[in-house]
Amino acid sequence: MIEGILIGLQTALSIKNILMVMMGCFFGTIIGMLPGLGPMTAIALMIPITYGFEPATGLILMAGVYYGAVFGGSTSSILINAPGVPGTVATAFDGYPMAQKGKAGKALAIAAYSSFAGGTISAIFLLFAAPSLSKISLSFRSPDYFALMVLGLTAVSAFSSKGQFLKAMMMVILGLMLATVGQDSLSDITRFTFNNMNLTDGISFVLIVMATFAMSEALTIILKGKDPSRATEQISLSELGSIKLDKDERKKMIKSIPRSSVLGFLIGVLPGAGATIASFLAYGMERNFVNEEEKQKFGKGSVHGLTAPETANNAACSGSFVPLLTLGIPGSGTTAVMLGALLGFGIQPGPRLYMTNPEIFWSVIMSMYIGMVVLLILNLPLIPYIARVLATPKNFLIPLILFFSITGIYLMSFNNFDIFLMIGIAVVATFLRLYNFPMPPLILAFVLGGLMEENLRRSLLISDGSFNFLWDRPLTAIILALTIIIVSWQIYKSFKN
Amino acid sequence: MRISIDKIISLLFFVLSVLYLQQTKQIQVFSFDENAPFNAKTFPTFLSYLGMFLSILYVLLPEKNLTKINHKVLDYKNTSLLIIIAIIYAFLILKVGFFISTSLFLFFSYYFLGERRWIWMFVLSFPFVALFMFLLHGLLDIYLRDPLLKILGIIG
Repeated sequence: MIEGILIGLQTALSIKNILMVMMGCFFGTIIGMLPGLGPMTAIALMIPITYGFEPATGLILMAGVYYGAVFGGSTSSILINAPGVPGTVATAFDGYPMAQKGKAGKALAIAAYSSFAGGTISAIFLLFAAPSLSKISLSFRSPDYFALMVLGLTAVSAFSSKGQFLKAMMMVILGLMLATVGQDSLSDITRFTFNNMNLTDGISFVLIVMATFAMSEALTIILKGKDPSRATEQISLSELGSIKLDKDERKKMIKSIPRSSVLGFLIGVLPGAGATIASFLAYGMERNFVNEEEKQKFGKGSVHGLTAPETANNAACSGSFVPLLTLGIPGSGTTAVMLGALLGFGIQPGPRLYMTNPEIFWSVIMSMYIGMVVLLILNLPLIPYIARVLATPKNFLIPLILFFSITGIYLMSFNNFDIFLMIGIAVVATFLRLYNFPMPPLILAFVLGGLMEENLRRSLLISDGSFNFLWDRPLTAIILALTIIIVSWQIYKSFKN
Repeated sequence: MRISIDKIISLLFFVLSVLYLQQTKQIQVFSFDENAPFNAKTFPTFLSYLGMFLSILYVLLPEKNLTKINHKVLDYKNTSLLIIIAIIYAFLILKVGFFISTSLFLFFSYYFLGERRWIWMFVLSFPFVALFMFLLHGLLDIYLRDPLLKILGIIG
């Protein structure tokens, strides 16, 4: 292994490859900041360029783009509440309120440090544990995945605003319903399309995120523009604040980072789970770990609430390379695009990759760490400039948010049906938000809907229609028991109140 | 007895779940899949029953955190105007092209939100969209359909 690490270091530290990581991080950050263009698009855009390079160099460039785009996505989540990628939705929960309080610089600095720490810790894990972790990830079966998704959805509903569990659960169902629109993945039967060709492929994730977060946020700001209680919020939107963290904030981060890194990495290793589930679970877990006083700050700009998902999503990014490199199974949509690129280079990822192409396996792992360092060096000095987005007057900022949302959607499909659909969903979302129906559970449910149905289908087919699969395997039973505890706790709390 | 808007929304969600169930029943599955443990109807059927159950539960349970909204301070006029402009923009984007429609959308949005600094309004609409188009079209090679710019020979 030591020999492999040295080969990897030698390849990753060549001037050309360091330049590639830097370029990748820079372009990734820029592209990730544009709502609608996430890491998947960013990497897809890089594929034609990388075909001119050696496989290791091409992969290093793509890894840099990946990390940069995830960080860029966090930036737009924090500044304009427009998460361009699913993995940064949870970042907006506390990042955006923090920015609204005039601490945008601080929020971005926390995001940068957390991303760095999460990515670094998980790159070390990846270095030592990749081969053995791939075996663990293989032991997860469909019932376990299904149970994990039920747990994720219940947890995010329970941890949304106080006393809104039922509202949040309704949003979960709505998100799952929206996810069923379009072609059924197995039978290809179209569902809920009302004979509209534009709905055959389903509703795009970016469309839902743009409508429920960015566009509805913009409409809410206008709607509540005359509300005197919002006046202080509007004023603080123009304050950038310092990027320096005080002792108390650093202490909080140090507490959150290790546990979120471990969780993020482990979730990232599971094929199909990825950064989104990792960030939501880390957010929920962190809320359970902190004291009552800190718990009340969640959703209002908590340092713990921002650190946890940011650490976890970057840790999961590294983790998702485990199944890709060791099993040839992509852990996320983005790594699926990278798998396509690897195959394009004529490389078949799998257990033999680090024997047949050690320079590729180890140089990608080493360049991940270098990527983290580059990202921190590159982004920290830029934070004051990036945060100036908030200083834009409301009269300009709102139309620009609408512009980025609409353009993001238009760039994906080049038809106006999606724009109409987005406007419709945004209007409904604005109305629902007015009455405290939380949107994050809807988003997570929408992301997980397809996977959840797929795993339920497999589980039911294997068990011949019986629901015994829910308790047949100890792992499934433990995960479901956790879900039942969360639901029972919510019921107990409402009776107590 | 006065029913709160929160409960009315839940009732609407109940109606949505019923309509969803009705649509689920109309899904045409293959004959060999009809009696399978899982087919294209199974998951949506679970969802509709769960949706009905949760919404009814919300309606029946006593309300703790009633949402209070002062409608007098809400700016419905400007919000509606912005939505209408966005709808018109969506209509025009394919007809007149990205550049003109987007620039006009931005310009009029600034105007209706009360902005009167004309120079800034212009800079942040027409040149801004041109720069954005250059970034996408020129650097990232993402094609943006624009009949006007094509006629003028600016894009291919």
